[in-house]
Amino acid sequence: MCGIAGILNFNEKRADPVLLARMAERIRHRGPDDFGIYTDKQMGLAHTRLSIIDLGAGQQPMHNEDKSLSITFNGEIFNYLELRRDLVRKGHKFRTRSDTEVILRLYEEKGEECVQDLNGQWAFAIWDSKRERLFLSRDRLGVRPLFYTVAEGAFVFGSEIKSIFALPNISREIDPVALDQIFTFWVSISPRTIFKNILELPPGHSLTVHRKQVAAQQYWHLDYAEGSKNVGNAAAHEEQYVGELLDLLIDATRIRLRSDVPVGAYVSGGLDSSLVTALAKKFCNSPLKTFSITFDDAEFDESSYQNEVIHFLETDHQEVRCSYEDISHVFPAVIWHTEKPILRTAPAPLYILSGLVQEHGYKVVLTGEGADEMFGGYDIFKEAKIRRFCAAHPQSTTRPLLFRRLYPYQQYLQGQSDAYLRAFFQVWPDELKSDFFSHLPRWELTSKLKLFFSEEIKSQVRSHDGYADLRSTLPPSYSVWDGFCQAQYLETAHLLPGYILSSQGDRVAMAHSVEGRFPFLDYRVVEFAAGIPPHLKMKVLNEKYLLKRCADGLVPPSTRNRPKQPYRAPDGKSFFQGSQLEYVDALLSADRIQQDGLFDSLAVKSLVQKFRQGRAIGVRDNMALIGILSTQLVVEQFVRNCGGKPFYAEHRAGTAPVCR
Amino acid sequence: MQNIEQELRRFVVDNFLFGQANGHLSNSDSFLDKGIIDSTGVLELVVFLEETYRIKIQDRELVPDNLDSINNLVRFLERKRQLTA
Repeated sequence: MCGIAGILNFNEKRADPVLLARMAERIRHRGPDDFGIYTDKQMGLAHTRLSIIDLGAGQQPMHNEDKSLSITFNGEIFNYLELRRDLVRKGHKFRTRSDTEVILRLYEEKGEECVQDLNGQWAFAIWDSKRERLFLSRDRLGVRPLFYTVAEGAFVFGSEIKSIFALPNISREIDPVALDQIFTFWVSISPRTIFKNILELPPGHSLTVHRKQVAAQQYWHLDYAEGSKNVGNAAAHEEQYVGELLDLLIDATRIRLRSDVPVGAYVSGGLDSSLVTALAKKFCNSPLKTFSITFDDAEFDESSYQNEVIHFLETDHQEVRCSYEDISHVFPAVIWHTEKPILRTAPAPLYILSGLVQEHGYKVVLTGEGADEMFGGYDIFKEAKIRRFCAAHPQSTTRPLLFRRLYPYQQYLQGQSDAYLRAFFQVWPDELKSDFFSHLPRWELTSKLKLFFSEEIKSQVRSHDGYADLRSTLPPSYSVWDGFCQAQYLETAHLLPGYILSSQGDRVAMAHSVEGRFPFLDYRVVEFAAGIPPHLKMKVLNEKYLLKRCADGLVPPSTRNRPKQPYRAPDGKSFFQGSQLEYVDALLSADRIQQDGLFDSLAVKSLVQKFRQGRAIGVRDNMALIGILSTQLVVEQFVRNCGGKPFYAEHRAGTAPVCR
Repeated sequence: MQNIEQELRRFVVDNFLFGQANGHLSNSDSFLDKGIIDSTGVLELVVFLEETYRIKIQDRELVPDNLDSINNLVRFLERKRQLTA
């Protein structure tokens, strides 16, 4: 795993190696093992390497024999051995054992269509000097990041935005529309980022730059046509689905163990990571190394479930305990890595966890990410199902009792009277017709946070319609898909890359030079899952039913049968324990809020007061605090200062979090 | 009653709207319809009523008819007072 960056000057000016080195330096955490720069006339490529495959060779940027093609690549191509074999058969000669060279040869063979053959997680750029054409690509689901901008007569790209900001004269300005989207959907809608004029290459897209023309094309998209066709199909052969899925998962895991360094696994205590660990174990001769987070706060701690899994699977286990103080302590660093506002602190413990992995000398971990999206694990799917069921018979007094089955971990919700529960989950007349039915309650709740926006921001986004933005990105067939599939699509196409795989995934893992690998996101698994009838994913209200069938006998029965508990961490409370935190006080002060101009200083003051008095316990207040604080940290670390030394480095109190 | 109504309004505006009501909250506005209150909001409201007005609210009284607007709250408090008087 690595970091990539590059500059393509539109005039004849030679790319400046000093600037390329500066860009690479900013993302050195992604690849501390090696470093390379290549310039060819107006094109400059940079690479920071985390050596995982072919440790001795495989340096980048890499070239073909006549140096007409050069590549800088971040990621892994898991089927590279099979692709290599085919290419050798066609006469290609290889100089290394690396997957990087496989991409290069495949590009020679097939051109830009080469991405269709890749099974993996990637962001790469190939400079085709004969054709003066730059080709960039990002994996199907958006595991690896890639950002770009056109500025100062050049096309500039990098694995992280901070590498682009290493260049002089790149404007660093918050985009109010992106802020509005994040305070609605939890993510900005790709290609938009929180910074004006900085774009990301959306998942499943490639991009070419040729003589000032920048063009992105989608090469893959999620398609739920078959799954929708199979809705309620009683003849759908459950046993056959279980068998085929298990075979696919075994193979997806097997090829994700390809590495010249040892591979570990995260264990959350839930079904998904346990199943991945169980499958990986089949291919390991020695006990698999596993890692987990535990929490001081019992509300979030899953250590008893984790212990069952590690004993059952006999892994060699390490854990790190996370306190409120640990979260507030690392939070500025976490935002330096996420490079965007977030509404939850959940990435912070994962940042600490990757530190533990690094401390134990590991560079690669398998995780269970993606299973909830592909196989229907989230409560949002269940909520939509129950709300539809209730709306079909609005007079029923028994149907709303099912709302008690939702969000069992939210104690305040569980304590409500039937009348309030009905009211919270009620279906408004227009909602049933909406193609966003499943997600409207979440988005409407999140949108309430906009009351904290300053008058200026409110007026700038007033005429903006986030739902219309989102609608414009939907595939043409979306409207005819089954509602369950539509909900899955919204989670997979937006929240997964925009938050789960980035803020909670790549960024906080790569912060400590750790690469995540995700068997559930093997595109064969994703495409297979999309075709499974929804009633087999969630059987009545039994979430991930088919996946649980696959896990029978492989994971402890208690893991298989426990209710789904989403991974969460303590939010606002983390920042108001014990002594006041200097950076929190500074960034949320009335002066600073007014200067930065994004939020209303009186409203923020009132919110902070509520937290200080211990009265802020709700989801909405917590999202507001984390959203505002993280936005202020983005402004502080990227807009106000974007020097080589991040803000958090100066504000670190004491030592780094201790791994216990 | 005027006083109570103002106290309730101030609590709702400060606690749930962080001072950002801009005169848009009428006494008959439903907290649910306006998205002012969520599940923890109900609890926050109950704690406020119990502490401020020294009353005890029963579980069966936790319904929108009693709690879902400033008018409903005023009426509810009035009834509670009559009961304890």
